[in-house]
Amino acid sequence: MNISPSLRRDFLTYALGYGLAIVLTGISFAFVFYRLLVPQAVFGVVLFLAVIQIVVHMRCFLHISLKQSARSDLQLILFSTLIIILMVGGTLIVVLDQNARMM
Amino acid sequence: MAGVTEPELRHAGLNLSDDPREVREHVESDVFGFWVFLMSDAVMFACLFAVYATVRHATAGGPTAADEFKFHSAIWETGLLLTSSFTYGMVSISMKHTRGRLWIAAFIVVTFCVGAGFLKMEAHDFVTMFHDGATPERSGYFSCFFVLVGMHGFHVFSGLVWMILMGIQLAVFGPDERTKVNLIRLGLFWHFLDVIWVVIFSVVYLQGLIR
Repeated sequence: MNISPSLRRDFLTYALGYGLAIVLTGISFAFVFYRLLVPQAVFGVVLFLAVIQIVVHMRCFLHISLKQSARSDLQLILFSTLIIILMVGGTLIVVLDQNARMM
Repeated sequence: MAGVTEPELRHAGLNLSDDPREVREHVESDVFGFWVFLMSDAVMFACLFAVYATVRHATAGGPTAADEFKFHSAIWETGLLLTSSFTYGMVSISMKHTRGRLWIAAFIVVTFCVGAGFLKMEAHDFVTMFHDGATPERSGYFSCFFVLVGMHGFHVFSGLVWMILMGIQLAVFGPDERTKVNLIRLGLFWHFLDVIWVVIFSVVYLQGLIR
């Protein structure tokens, strides 16, 4: 079976994504399991690692790259991200503030 | 003109060829349409996450997240879903580098089995939680938990059904153009579910287990 350079590169992209995802997930779980920091700091680390892992998945598994910026896919994804940030951020600010006022 | 159109004939996701000129125009628009669906799905999940975050402490005196979540099953489920994402990557690679339908089919079967393993573990978790009295009607918290995680599980189930259908399509028609476009879309769907799971294990399981 012949292995072309292109095939090797594609395989390495997936292998790299898989490896990075396992390491990031492992660190996340380790921080919670061994209680390496105070609870709030641990949650901060977990969220930070989750964002990095999402970027890894997007890059290595979904093959989204900034080089294809001429494409409308990227604009669609960035716009959806904006909508999500607005909706989730807005909901949390409004409802948590209401909660605090009701106490 | 060629310089302008070339980069546009690529789509997000693993292209069938490294050379953009070989990616057919309709493949590109089909895949773009699927991205629109995925992003609308992402917005729906984002709303469920937002609602979940606002009812984090609304357990109404019943079981809490820390009582019900098990560390080892969260790790295993994460590992299984991540592995299935990787094996589906092998489906995409076999397809792009024309390894023939046997390789494609073999990796689809592996992905199906690992994905089914994930679903089985999740179902087992849910049954255990039901026995502990952590049912959707127990508290606002568990209503939101089961809607959010159950919705992801339902998506995984749909992905598994889709894999069976793709197996049939592959067996009947072989890896022709139409089958390939469908396999690309299934790949995007499957990898997307793994991205959602990253947020679920971080925001739902790990946050629930932090103490």
